[in-house]
Amino acid sequence: MDVPMELYLVVSTVMFFAGVYGFIARKNMLTILISLELVLNAVDINFVIFNRFLYPQQMEGMIFTLFAIAVSAAETAIAIAIIINIYRNLQNIDVKKLSELKN
Amino acid sequence: MEITVSQVIFGILAVIIVAFSILTVTTRRILRSATFLLFVLLATAGVYFLLDYHFLAAVQITVYAGGILVLFVFSIFLTSHAGDKLPKASLKKMIAGLMAAITGGAVCLFVILKNGLRVTEAVTGGEIDMKQIGYALMGTGKYQYLLPFEAVSILLLACIIGGILIARKR
Repeated sequence: MDVPMELYLVVSTVMFFAGVYGFIARKNMLTILISLELVLNAVDINFVIFNRFLYPQQMEGMIFTLFAIAVSAAETAIAIAIIINIYRNLQNIDVKKLSELKN
Repeated sequence: MEITVSQVIFGILAVIIVAFSILTVTTRRILRSATFLLFVLLATAGVYFLLDYHFLAAVQITVYAGGILVLFVFSIFLTSHAGDKLPKASLKKMIAGLMAAITGGAVCLFVILKNGLRVTEAVTGGEIDMKQIGYALMGTGKYQYLLPFEAVSILLLACIIGGILIARKR
């Protein structure tokens, strides 16, 4: 516990913006989803850090993180179901080539 | 100044998280990307252990590393051939992503390091009792979370039904 709070925050910031970069630069839907997981995970770390360092007597940050993990699990499951369905219909999960509905 | 064990552990975890989260978004093999994500998630669980949130670390390992990663790996095998390489990201997208990431990261790091938040001394709340977590999740009083808990259960039920409905064969 003798690591200052800022260092934890720096680590989670790097993780968050790695996720942001992947979200913008990647084209495969699964890799976009993986980047999204990085972002969510960085936010979870932040909740926990603020809880531990600023309000160590309470546990709201931890409960929030628990719910965030549950929600992100649900979201990932649905997203993967959609991706597999798209792949079954179009044989492709590249976001650039998914323009069936466009015309 | 003496280096303590927890500082060493934090250093290792920080290096793992930073290196593998960057590798996750830059590697061109999608299965490796998922594997690096697994390392990041496990190191995150390590951070939770370091901060004395043992229950949360266990949840992180079981749900993320155990559940979501398996889903990812299965869907990767269903949608791409092993050894496939992703096409290179276009330069425009890469520059846009780098700009967004670097600008945002610089702003956030500036705010964090400038303000300092003035919390540098060690705070030891100790491990949270499992009984306390159970009461907090199942109670209806102040600082207790029965309603969100039930909402999440409904969400998971809807997610199960939706997943089956979307992914089944017609």
